[in-house]
Amino acid sequence: MNNTTQLLRFITAGSVDDGKSTLIGRLLHDSKSIFEDQLSAISRTSEKRGMTAVDLSLLTDGLQAEREQGITIDVAYRYFATPRRKFIIGDTPGHEQYTRNMVTAASTANLAIILIDARKGVLTQTRRHTYLASLVGVPHVVLAVNKMDMVDYSKQRFEEIVGEYKRFAAQLNLHDVHCIPLSALNGDMVVERGDNLDWYIGPALLELLETIVIDHDVNTSDFRFPVQWVCRPQTEEHHDFRGFMGRIEAGEVSVGDEIAILPSGRTTKVKEIVTYDGNLQTAYAPQSVTITLADEIDISRGDMFVKSSAHPPRVEKEFEATLCWLSEAPLDKNRKYLVKHTTRMAKCLFSRLDYRMDVNTLEQHATDKLNMNDIARVAIKVQQPLVLDSYATDRATGSFIVIDEATNNTVAAGMVA
Amino acid sequence: MKLVENQNMSSHTFTHLDALESESIHIMREVAAECKNPALLFSGGKDSIVMLRIAEKAFRPAKFPFPLVHIDTEHNFPEVIATRDKLAADLGERLIVRSLEDSIRRGSIVIKNPDLPRNPYQSVTLLETIAEFGFDACMGGARRDEEKARAKERIFSFRDEFGQWDPKNQRPELWDIYNTRVHNGENIRVFPISNWTEMDIWEYIGREKLHIPDIYYAHEREVIRRGNSVIPVSHLVQPKPGEKVEVLSVRFRTVGDMTCTAPVESTARTVDEIIEETSTTRITERGATRMDDQTSEASMELRKKEGYF
Repeated sequence: MNNTTQLLRFITAGSVDDGKSTLIGRLLHDSKSIFEDQLSAISRTSEKRGMTAVDLSLLTDGLQAEREQGITIDVAYRYFATPRRKFIIGDTPGHEQYTRNMVTAASTANLAIILIDARKGVLTQTRRHTYLASLVGVPHVVLAVNKMDMVDYSKQRFEEIVGEYKRFAAQLNLHDVHCIPLSALNGDMVVERGDNLDWYIGPALLELLETIVIDHDVNTSDFRFPVQWVCRPQTEEHHDFRGFMGRIEAGEVSVGDEIAILPSGRTTKVKEIVTYDGNLQTAYAPQSVTITLADEIDISRGDMFVKSSAHPPRVEKEFEATLCWLSEAPLDKNRKYLVKHTTRMAKCLFSRLDYRMDVNTLEQHATDKLNMNDIARVAIKVQQPLVLDSYATDRATGSFIVIDEATNNTVAAGMVA
Repeated sequence: MKLVENQNMSSHTFTHLDALESESIHIMREVAAECKNPALLFSGGKDSIVMLRIAEKAFRPAKFPFPLVHIDTEHNFPEVIATRDKLAADLGERLIVRSLEDSIRRGSIVIKNPDLPRNPYQSVTLLETIAEFGFDACMGGARRDEEKARAKERIFSFRDEFGQWDPKNQRPELWDIYNTRVHNGENIRVFPISNWTEMDIWEYIGREKLHIPDIYYAHEREVIRRGNSVIPVSHLVQPKPGEKVEVLSVRFRTVGDMTCTAPVESTARTVDEIIEETSTTRITERGATRMDDQTSEASMELRKKEGYF
């Protein structure tokens, strides 16, 4: 048993025509993550549809409607493992509702694979996918230049595309971009290197996925602990036990550390860090732990423990954010919604719509409404103060969702400016 | 309490099992905090035993803030039911058991053919139990790697007042911020171990030294072969004329009804041996063992739409 394997979550962005499903199929197939019964099921379907070869893209079709129509409806999650890492793939369809689905899948991803067709090069949708990956703060981006077999495995063509892409990516806040030439159809540079791309000296796709360093994706310096649940066993054995349960979203905490409880601002010291497996001296993000405190202070779900640092969070009732509208019902400025931020829920109002972003051109347009898939800069007023970091500093404490109280639907995803 | 060195974190690397466990604990605490009347579905099978350990890690030193619930088909393996009762008793947690027989007596389930698997009927008794206790959230041990309909389901899966799942109309689920809100009469199914695979479950059983029913380990058993399946002989399944009873060394990869759960041939008698076997197997977990999934390509999707797990 390997007890040091890490988990990497990634998404694939691209349309069916770019060979996205084939790429995922190839990754699963060549890493021996496809089982015989799955393979025989898709062989039967390929045959039924009159195809001559097994269509690996069928592996990612989940639902009856999708199989009937040959489309992908929603985000699907796939799992595979190599001896070096465990992987979760968030697979999103490449057509309509793209923004909504991609933002959803990207929100938990360490890495995004942006797929393009070597014949077509950098397209509008490539820019859109890349912009969305940067918007959601995906730490690592891989440009997979697919269908190299269709351009005679040309090094020059690959370099042209990479040059154009890097010029575009430089305008966005992307820190770690890798470019790989490959052929998902033939399996070149996906799992195996193949014989056709000898001029390329970088890692094949799977090798990159297995080795890319993800330890620093979590903010390690600014301690943030939203209280999820107050534990009061009230048993004889644990008569006075009062523990604050939650997950450390960023940074670390040790016994004896002075912490502030926000929004009240009261301070105290950490008495114990309790876990089922024994008490800890120090705990780090993203561990789920129980913290007991030196003083008795009135604390409830939604409060946040922080340590003083160079980047203190803001405690605010009005703030600016980038919003991605997810619901078919457009935003109604006259209505109140609910915002859920970490473990706190509050009523909210949209006090201003500053502009809408064109995800294809990156131009800003004035707007007074928001429809599904729109991305906009807005100002939000909340009924009670939230403890906020900007999304760029901390994904966990800079993100929120908006809920429509009437339908209980999740209608928007927000990122604190 | 003893002070342990935080080994996993000393280099700030978090193993995949640590990451999955922390995520699952976080999900269970969200349910406890935001749902009015949750329950944890517990069958005595390996995945639900992992769920119990996660619940212990999430809520100890306190009791669980929800009861355990089992919908019993009364066609379950006796070893699994024994484990169910023992674990619930050892943990001192409340276990509610409701049986398909009750629904059959009430007339809400009409069994067409007594030989057919009873798993599909569980939805009826589950929905009746949800109504009886007014549960607004039921946590279950389903995993996305099990089946392609499950691969598309949210961790917090909204069900309408008929308990139905609408795959085309699911709530977007972003970051780790879960929308737990329902109106009266509606409920949410929550799958805290959505992101675990069969291999993760076995590695966790090994790491946590969890007690699971013996039938998960290789043992000698009387079986008959029907088509591609090996079926265990029991009081519910007897050989038909012409069928031969064999004794094979087998283990169960999943446990459901005795009538529809097939064992796999195996000599793996320890967790490590099972992990070794799992890493080399060429057949999916449910593909190898669940006859109820193989009636059509969409069997699980259809059952889920009707309120199944």
